[in-house]
Amino acid sequence: MSGGRLGPAPSRAVSPYGQGSSANLADILERVLDKGIVIAGDIQINLLDIELLTIKLRLLVASVDKAKEMGIDWWEHDPSLSSRADGHRSLAEENRRLRAEVAALRRGEDRSPPELAPAEPEREAEPPQPHRAGRERGHERQHHRRVYRRGR
Amino acid sequence: MGAPLSYAYAVTRPADGLQEALRAQRGVADAPVHLVEEAGMVAAVSHVPAEDFDERPLRRRLEDLAWLEAVARAHNRVVAALAGVATVLPLRLATVYRDDARVREMLRERGRGFGALLDRLADHEEWGVKLYVAPRTGPEPAGEAGAGGAAGAGASAGAGAAADSPGRAYLRSRRRQQHSREDAWRAAEEAARRVDAEARTLAVDRARHRPQQGELARGPGQNVANDAYLVPRGRAEEFRARVERAVAGLDGVRVEITGPWAPYSFATPPDPAPARPESREEAPAP
Repeated sequence: MSGGRLGPAPSRAVSPYGQGSSANLADILERVLDKGIVIAGDIQINLLDIELLTIKLRLLVASVDKAKEMGIDWWEHDPSLSSRADGHRSLAEENRRLRAEVAALRRGEDRSPPELAPAEPEREAEPPQPHRAGRERGHERQHHRRVYRRGR
Repeated sequence: MGAPLSYAYAVTRPADGLQEALRAQRGVADAPVHLVEEAGMVAAVSHVPAEDFDERPLRRRLEDLAWLEAVARAHNRVVAALAGVATVLPLRLATVYRDDARVREMLRERGRGFGALLDRLADHEEWGVKLYVAPRTGPEPAGEAGAGGAAGAGASAGAGAAADSPGRAYLRSRRRQQHSREDAWRAAEEAARRVDAEARTLAVDRARHRPQQGELARGPGQNVANDAYLVPRGRAEEFRARVERAVAGLDGVRVEITGPWAPYSFATPPDPAPARPESREEAPAP
C-alpha cells in the first residue's frame, strides 16, 4: 500500500467526512483535543494547564459525579456550554462571568453570581463543597492533570 | 504584531486531489490552506495570526468556548476534506510552528513514523458508535397507560388496580419505573456486548472514548458507551447495518453512529516513546 490513495471516486466532490457543520461539538472536541497525533509544535501550549478549559472539558472527559466530587458543578447551569458558533451571546460578558465563577471557586465561595438567574437544574443540585473546590487552585495543577488523565 | 505562524492540521503522502480538496476549504481563522511537502510527506498548513495563536494569546483564546468551537470545527473540516481523497494523520488541535520551514523540519524528523502509521491506516475510516440508555418513565397515574409506559402498565395492571389506594398506586408506579430503569440498563449491557461482537467482525481496531455527559452531550438519554471503530473503507454500509441490527429489539437503548471520521482515534504518536503515552483502550468510565 502506498499513500492510501482512494480508488477512482470522482463522485466524491463533497467529502462525506466530518458531517459538515451538523457534527456534534462533543464528538469533534474529543477527537481534536484528545486524539490525533500529538507533536510538540513551536508554540508550547499545554491544554491541560488551562484551568477553565479543563473544567469545561470535564464535561466530556470525566463523569459528572467525579466533577461534583471535586466541587465543580457551576457549569451545569452555564449557558455558554451549549453555545453554538452562531450564537448571539456577548462573549466578553460570558468570560467575565466565568472568570468570576472561577475566582469564586478558588475562594471556595458559593459559586452562583447573583446576576445569574439560576437555571432549572436537571438533577438535584448538591451543596457546594468549598473545601474540595480549593483543589481547583492554579498551583495545584499537578493534581488537576492527574484527575484529567485518570483511567487513560 | 508578529509574523504569521504556521498551523498544521494533518500529515499525508503527496496525492492527486489534495490541492483541489483544499482549494474549496477555508481553515482556522478563515485562512486558506496550503501544502508543505518534504521527504515524501505533506502537511496541510494555514498561516494564522500570531496575535491569536502565539503562546500567550492562544492560552487566553482557548478559554473561550465559542472560539475553541470555531477552531475545532475548522480543524476538523480541513482534516475531513483531506480524508476524502487520501489517508491522513490528523494532528491534535493547535499544533503550531513558527513558519513553514519548521513544519518541513518536523516532516523530515518524523517522516518514517508517519509512513508506518499511514500504511497501517490506509483504506480505513473511523466510525463512532455511541449507546444511549433512555429509561422509560412509566406513567405516573395508573390510569394513563401507553404513552411510552412500560409494557403491561396501567390498563393491564390487574383487576385490583382501580381499587388501589393512592399510596399503593404510587408505589406500584415507582416500582414500574425502577424496573424499567433496570431493564434499560440490562438492555444497554446486552446492546454493548452485541454491538461490539458485530462490529469486530468488520472493524480491525477499536478505541474507547469516555461517555459524554453534561451540556455538550446531545441526548436524549444517557450515553453509556462511546467507542470508535476502524473500518475498512467500502465496508461502512455493512458496518452500520450490523451495528443497528445488533440493538434492534432492545428496549430503551438507542445507538448513534457517526462517521466517517479521519482516523483520529487510531493515530498514535509515531515515536516509540511518546511524551504522553496514550493507551489505545481506555478504562471505561466508572
